[in-house]
Amino acid sequence: MKSDKSKLTFWLLLSPLILWLATLIILPHIGMFFVSLREKVGVREYETSFANYAVFFNEPLYWNTFARTAYMSIAATLLTLLIGFPIAYYIAKLTRGRTKTTLFLMCLIPFWVSELVRTFGWMILLRETGVISQVLQYAGLVNGPVEMLYNDAAIMTGLVYTSMLFMVVPLVTTLDSLDDSLIEAGYDLGGTSFSILREIVIPHAMPGIVSGCIVVFMLSLGNYLTPILLGGKDSLWFTGLIYSQFITRFNWELGSAFGFLLLGLSSLIVFLGLKLSGQSLSKTMAR
Amino acid sequence: MITTIPQNSAFKWSYRLYVALFFFYLALPLATVCVFAFNDSVFPSLPWEGFTWAWFFGDQAPYIGVFHERPILRSVVTSGVVAFWVAALSVFVGTCNAFLFVRHDFRGKGFLYILMLLPLIIPGIILGISILVFTSNVANTLEDATGLWFDGLRPGIILVILGQFSFITTFATLVISARLQKFDPGLEEAALNLGATPWGAIRQITLPFLFPAMAAAAVVAVLMSFENFNTTLMLVGSDAPLTITMFDRLKLGSTPVLNAVSLLLIVGSAILGLASLLLQKK
Repeated sequence: MKSDKSKLTFWLLLSPLILWLATLIILPHIGMFFVSLREKVGVREYETSFANYAVFFNEPLYWNTFARTAYMSIAATLLTLLIGFPIAYYIAKLTRGRTKTTLFLMCLIPFWVSELVRTFGWMILLRETGVISQVLQYAGLVNGPVEMLYNDAAIMTGLVYTSMLFMVVPLVTTLDSLDDSLIEAGYDLGGTSFSILREIVIPHAMPGIVSGCIVVFMLSLGNYLTPILLGGKDSLWFTGLIYSQFITRFNWELGSAFGFLLLGLSSLIVFLGLKLSGQSLSKTMAR
Repeated sequence: MITTIPQNSAFKWSYRLYVALFFFYLALPLATVCVFAFNDSVFPSLPWEGFTWAWFFGDQAPYIGVFHERPILRSVVTSGVVAFWVAALSVFVGTCNAFLFVRHDFRGKGFLYILMLLPLIIPGIILGISILVFTSNVANTLEDATGLWFDGLRPGIILVILGQFSFITTFATLVISARLQKFDPGLEEAALNLGATPWGAIRQITLPFLFPAMAAAAVVAVLMSFENFNTTLMLVGSDAPLTITMFDRLKLGSTPVLNAVSLLLIVGSAILGLASLLLQKK
């Protein structure tokens, strides 16, 4: 009787999970895969083929955009790591008590604010009539307005800003767990600051570095707002292509194929990152 | 490079300067957005024309403030409705998931756990299009078969709720599971020994213990729902939530009304964010 009851509880707890995963995650992705394999041959007539994927590989604009999105995302990830690491180290190792909490919170607040608001802020700063341009003119450093929006540097600034928190938070967490006495021991044994950084601090922070990089890369790759608003019409970001195939051109077959390619690239990078560093998905994501 | 090791002061000060510059960079765009909400000009840019509250309370064109701007108010209501349902659904499913993963052992548990984490690594825009494709196919099939209309499965508020729920549930599950793992099962056994029914013990002992985590998960869900853009963009119908309305405005050209809305959003999300941290600390 008791085991019947606990079995019932088990099934009752399992059903929302299964319902959620099946109807909103698994079936939609399977469905999208089949749509991407459909080739339109007439009105409401379709054939199964790889034609949509062939379109991607035969049209330079499409795969150039794809490659560009990938390497810009990798660049944004590395830049975020380079800028964020000293900050995380400072918060974790060189501050104590209330200062530490305050600095950490100051890092978190921009992340709670909508990405749209953050991007809007950069637009006000960078555009031709924007604050930076006017300040530079006022200071006499330039004659006439300067346009700083709608180029790759603007996209990069926005991407790094948007993803900074996802790098700093895991880094602070892992660096926090590094015992100070290990660093002291390194100095006692005659290590230089650089060799200690390379042989003690970075190996210890590796799990944080990996999970930060994975999350930042995924967020940059799948970002739509920042490239479109800061990069303008010629931003050439892959998510922009997906959006235009779906909403503007109503070509769902090609759009689905694009979606799958993006999903494939992002999963591949996550997989490689986890394999190279010997981490598991559950540990990395649960932080 | 730790506090107990002496460093030369040039290095120390340049390090501090770097940290200060970093926080300046973090604060710069948000501060700019806030400052220009009070500029007495129709463009959010310099020169500074004087201080005004018109972009909040103004009711004369072109100075229509947030609180008199109907489309924005309507989209705030839409966002609120969406956020409420997303929070309610994801906390409910998240709590069930937490009990399932913490309390039960079964075949395929590891596999299901990985599946549960998947929404975190799927880009939001792809979650959006896959749900769009799937629900449209289902709606087409049902309409062909029955001859009835299934508007709920077409882009609109229901799909937006489902789309956001599909990945926010993962966060809710993680937050609630973390708290349930700290629960001492002895307390529940004591209640059972004292004559409580199994459901009574959970309701009176376990759920009150879990409540801070559930509340924190709800706050996080509301925050994420309010600011979500990518998934929502693909599923939105005629009644757009706030971020979509602001995006459409921004593409047309910005007025300080957007700064005023943004300022309110910044204040609101900072308060909610702090609340979720306090709740999780309990």
